[in-house]
Amino acid sequence: MDIHALQQIVHSTRDARRKQTIPKFPPAEQDQLIHKYHPDYRVSAYRPIRFGPNADDKTVVELAALLEGDSPISDDSDLTPDYTTDVLVVGGGGAGCAAALHAHGAGAKVMLATKLRLGDSNSVMAQGGMQISVASGDSPVTHFVDTLKGGHMQNDHDLLKVMVEEGPSIAKWLLSLGVLFDRDGDGNLHVKKGGGSSKPRLLTCSDYTGLEIMRVLKDEVLNQKIQLLEFCAAVELTSDDSGNCTGAIFKDLDNHRQIVVAAKSVILATGGIGRLHIQGFPTSNHYGATGDGLCLAYRMGAKLMHIDTFQYHPSGAVYPEQLIGALVTEGIRSEGGHLVNAKGERFVNELDTRDVVSSSIIRECEEGRGIRTMSGRIGVWLDTPLLDAEQGPGTVEKHFPAMMLQFERFGIDISKDPVLIYPTLHYQNGGVKIDTNSETNVYNLFVAGEASGGLHGRNRLMGNSLLDLMVFGKRSGLTSAARAAAMPHGKLTLGHLKRFRAEAKKHGSGSGVVSPMILPAYTRRED
Amino acid sequence: MAQEDKENVIDQPEVIRHRMVTIEIAGKKYDVPEGITIIKALWYSGQEVVRGAGCLGGFCGACAAYYRTKDDPKVRTCLACQMAVQDGMSITMMPPFPARKATYDIQALKEPKQDLFNLYPETPLCRNCNACTEACPQQIDVREGVWKAVFGDFKSVSEMFMDCVMCGMCTPVCIADIAPNLVALYVSRAQGAHFIEPPLGLDTRIKEIQDGRFNDEWAKIFKMTEKELADHCATVK
Ligand SMILES: Cc1cc2nc3c(=O)[nH]c(=O)nc-3n(C[C@H](O)[C@H](O)[C@H](O)COP(=O)(O)OP(=O)(O)OC[C@H]3O[C@@H](n4cnc5c(N)ncnc54)[C@H](O)[C@@H]3O)c2cc1C
Ligand code: SF4
Ligand code: SF4
Ligand code: FES
Repeated sequence: MDIHALQQIVHSTRDARRKQTIPKFPPAEQDQLIHKYHPDYRVSAYRPIRFGPNADDKTVVELAALLEGDSPISDDSDLTPDYTTDVLVVGGGGAGCAAALHAHGAGAKVMLATKLRLGDSNSVMAQGGMQISVASGDSPVTHFVDTLKGGHMQNDHDLLKVMVEEGPSIAKWLLSLGVLFDRDGDGNLHVKKGGGSSKPRLLTCSDYTGLEIMRVLKDEVLNQKIQLLEFCAAVELTSDDSGNCTGAIFKDLDNHRQIVVAAKSVILATGGIGRLHIQGFPTSNHYGATGDGLCLAYRMGAKLMHIDTFQYHPSGAVYPEQLIGALVTEGIRSEGGHLVNAKGERFVNELDTRDVVSSSIIRECEEGRGIRTMSGRIGVWLDTPLLDAEQGPGTVEKHFPAMMLQFERFGIDISKDPVLIYPTLHYQNGGVKIDTNSETNVYNLFVAGEASGGLHGRNRLMGNSLLDLMVFGKRSGLTSAARAAAMPHGKLTLGHLKRFRAEAKKHGSGSGVVSPMILPAYTRRED
Repeated sequence: MAQEDKENVIDQPEVIRHRMVTIEIAGKKYDVPEGITIIKALWYSGQEVVRGAGCLGGFCGACAAYYRTKDDPKVRTCLACQMAVQDGMSITMMPPFPARKATYDIQALKEPKQDLFNLYPETPLCRNCNACTEACPQQIDVREGVWKAVFGDFKSVSEMFMDCVMCGMCTPVCIADIAPNLVALYVSRAQGAHFIEPPLGLDTRIKEIQDGRFNDEWAKIFKMTEKELADHCATVK
C-alpha cells in the first residue's frame, strides 16, 4: 500500500482520539517498559572498557572501541607550538561559542578551533527550545525537580542547581545580544510546555531556537575578533609533567598538516556521538558528532560518567527516505500531536519522558502494530494535522515553519498528512565528568556541553541541553580566563599518551582503531 | 532495531529496489540510487566530503549547491543535504564566497537604523533585480528584506529572516555587492537588542534568585534522603 492509503486510518480516527486522555504510566510500569524495549537495555550492544579511567565500566561497543583506540600522534612528535593562547576552545557549537565569548570578555586571549565551519554543529539544529524558569508560576526549584525526575534521580545535584539558578541570567545575556525569543502579548518571554516538565518553561524562537542563538553567537565571535581555526580537528591533547593539560594537537583537514597549540587551559566543547550510529540507529546529529572529545579526555586520564546511556529521540523521520533520522521536533507533541499505531490507536501519553515514549514506540513496532514503508522501514504515525484541527488552520505552518519547509521539499504537507516516525539516536546523556566550573579531574582541562556528563543523569529532559551549553560554556570560559592571568604556560609533552599506550599494551593492546574518528566513513570505497 | 513481525496487522512486505539514475557532479557523470540526497550521492560516488557538509539537517547552510534538472536551462539553488537527486541532474557545490562582514558592538550602537548605512553602505544601492530572492533556498523574499532594512522596518526583517540558514547563496548573485544575509543578521540583532522592551518578569526572577527567595525550598530539598527526594519528585505532575 502506498503511504497515503496507510495514512487514512489516522484521519478516520482523529475525532475519536481527540476525546481520549491517556494517563502517564505509573513508575513501576515505566521501568518495566524501559527495561524491555529501550536500546540502553540491549545487553548484547554493551561491553566493558578494558583499561583507562573507566576500566570495567560498560558502554556500547562502538564507543568502547574508540575509547581504547590509539592516537594518530606518535610519542616523539615535534611539539613546537604553532600558536600560543591563554584559552583554547575546541568545538564551534553553542558551548564552544559561549565559552570563547565569556573567556574573551574576561580579558583572556582566546582561540577557537573547530572541525567544520564555526557553528556547524548540533546546536544549530535545536528546534524545541531552551528550558529556563522565567514564568511567574515556575521556579528554579521546580526546574530542578523536573530534571531530576527525568534523569531517573541520577543527576549531579550541584551541577543541576547551578544550571537552573543561572538560567534566567543566561536568558538576559542572550536577549542583550539580540536573540529574538518569542514573546507574550504583555512583553514577557513566551514559554511552552516540554515533555517531562511540570510547567511550561521552554523559551523558543519559533522552531529555529538553536539556529537563532547560533547565528547571534557566531556573529558575536566574529565581531569580537576571536582567533578562529576552522576545518581543524583536535586529535590529541598535551600534558605537562604533572599530567595537567597544556594544549592540543590538531589535524588541518584542508592540507592534512599537524598544528600544535599551547594553551594555559583547554575547553573541549566537541558535542555528541550520534554519528557512531550506535546499534545501527539513524541519527539526528550533525556530520561531526563522533565523540572526539571523549577519546581525547579519556587518554588524558579524565573520568567519564553515564556513558552507558543514550537518548533516542522518539520522533525521527522514517519517511521520506531522504529525511531518515532527521528530527521531528517534540514541539508537535508538546502542542498536542498524537502518536498513533497502525490500528489507529494512541498508546502512550505523548508528553511522557523521551525514554518512555521511545520505548513505547519500539514496543508498538516489535509487537506488530507498526507501519511499514515501501522501503522496508517501520514506524508509527505522528498526527500533525491534529494541531490545525484543534487550534485552527495554519497552526502547523505558523508554529513549525522549519519543519513545514523540510517536508515540503519532498512534496509532503505535514499540516494535511501525518508523518511516520521511529526513535533516532539523538543525545549522549553522559560524558566527561565535570565539577561546577566545568573542569574535569585533569587540571586545566575543561569540558562543556554535550561532551560533559553528570548534569542530565540517565536521561536529558528536552530543552535542558541548550541551557547546559550556555551555563557551562560560560563557567568554563570564566574560570579558565581567571586562572590564565596568574599562570605561566606549561610544558608540552605526550607523557599521558605514553602511559595510555603502556596500559593498552598491558591489556594485550588497544582496539585496533585509531581515534578520534573525526568524520564518519560514509564515502563508498568500491562497488 | 525493529524486527519483522508475523502479527503485524498492516504489514507492507514489498521493498523497493533502488533504481539507478545518472547525474553529473561538477561535470562528471556518476550512477547513483534514485532519490538519495545530493550529499549522499557525493559519498556514493566516492568523494570525501569535508567542506560542504555540516548539520546534515537543513539548518547550517554548509551544503549550498547549484543544480539543473534534465533539459531545463534554469540553474537553481538548494541545500544539498535536503535535495533528492533525479535522473539527468547536474550538480555543483557552491564555493565559499568572500563577502565582507562588518564588525560592530551590538550593545553600544546609538542609532542602529542609521548605523546600518555606515556598516553596510552598499545596502541602499539595491537595484531591485530580485536575483537574491530567486537564489534563496529557504524561500525568503530577500529583496523585500533589503528594502525593509533600508526603510528602517527592522521588525519585519527580523521576522522574514528567521528562516535564514546563512548559506550565502543570495550574495554572489548581487549586482550591488550587498550581502543580504549579513545585513539581515545585523538588522535582526539590532531589533532584538534595541527595539524590543526587556521582559519584566525575567528581571523579577533574576532578582528573586539573587535575594534568596528560593533558599528555604532548596534547603528542604537538600535535607531529604534519596528516598524522600524520589517520593517528592514522584508527586510533581
Ligand atoms: C536535531 C537536534 C535538535 C535538538 N533540539 C534541542 C532542543 O530543542 N533543545 C535543547 O535544549 N537541545 C536540543 N538538542 C540538543 C542540543 O542541540 C545539543 O546537545 C547541543 O547543541 C550540543 O552543543 P555542544 O556545543 O555541546 O555541541 P555541538 O553543538 O554539537 O558542537 C560541537 C562542535 O565541536 C566540533 N568538533 C567535534 N569534534 C571536534 C574535534 N575533534 N576538533 C574540533 N572540533 C570538533 C563540531 O564540529 C561542532 O562544531 C538537539 C539536538 C539535535 C541534534
Ligand atoms: S537569505 Fe541568503 S543566506 Fe539566508 S537562506 Fe536565503 S540565500 Fe541563504
Ligand atoms: S541581488 Fe542585490 S541588487 Fe538584486 S535585489 Fe537583491 S539586494 Fe538588490
Ligand atoms: S549540511 Fe547543514 S544545511 Fe545541509
